[in-house]
Amino acid sequence: MGNFLLVTIQVDLYDRLALNLEADLVQMVNKTGAKGVLIDISAVSIVDSFMGRIIGNIASMSKILDAETVVVGMQPAVAITLIELGLPLKGVQTALNVERGMDLLKTMIDESPIEDEQEYPEDDPFAQ
Amino acid sequence: MILSLSKDNIEVVREQDVVLLRNRVKEVAVKIKMGLLNQTKLITAASELVRNMLRYGNGGTCLIEVVSRGRDNGVRLTFSDQGPGIADIGQAMRDGFSTGKSLGLGLPGSKRLVNEFDIKSKVGEGTTVMILKWANG
Repeated sequence: MGNFLLVTIQVDLYDRLALNLEADLVQMVNKTGAKGVLIDISAVSIVDSFMGRIIGNIASMSKILDAETVVVGMQPAVAITLIELGLPLKGVQTALNVERGMDLLKTMIDESPIEDEQEYPEDDPFAQ
Repeated sequence: MILSLSKDNIEVVREQDVVLLRNRVKEVAVKIKMGLLNQTKLITAASELVRNMLRYGNGGTCLIEVVSRGRDNGVRLTFSDQGPGIADIGQAMRDGFSTGKSLGLGLPGSKRLVNEFDIKSKVGEGTTVMILKWANG
């Protein structure tokens, strides 16, 4: 998959498995130097607050290791349930399917250095 | 008047039992022809509550019932533990409150996902949480 790690979750995870996934994945990002992580949750029928937190953690941890995370394939019922539960998964990028997720990752990785350059002058208080 | 049509008790003492419980709830929900969205909401709420029971109450039992009221069928789950109990239920029901390191969404979040929600707790004796989801609710 080039610079991307593709993770497909195929079973309903209990807590320890989810924590293992988190640790393994962050280690893999470090080991492979991947620039992007794609997590396919299309086979996951339940995302509760714990699982949601793990997904958020993976995204923030990967970000510190300079990799972007995109979650793809969320079932509609899961999306509705997450919002009613009160867990909007802020800070986690999502896409409808693997293909679109790959495209999103590519643009995120290509564009990030350019965005940084544009932001600098605006943030500078002495610019005027 | 709510009638109980079937009863099934599941003990929850290990993390792996959570998956077993979810599957059992799913079976019952499918049997009364609950739609996929309501199933997902019910199982997610159950997942939150069973985690609370494991983390704070050292495990406990879950009673799964098929209930009926007139023409409506539903699933009622009753989680009971003999843990330390909750001192301030009002506080525990608030979004973002947690004595552990979690997000504090479990109790208020699961209440939003079901049709009926009831919590009783006595410090030193334990906690009982009942949730009910109607098939078309």
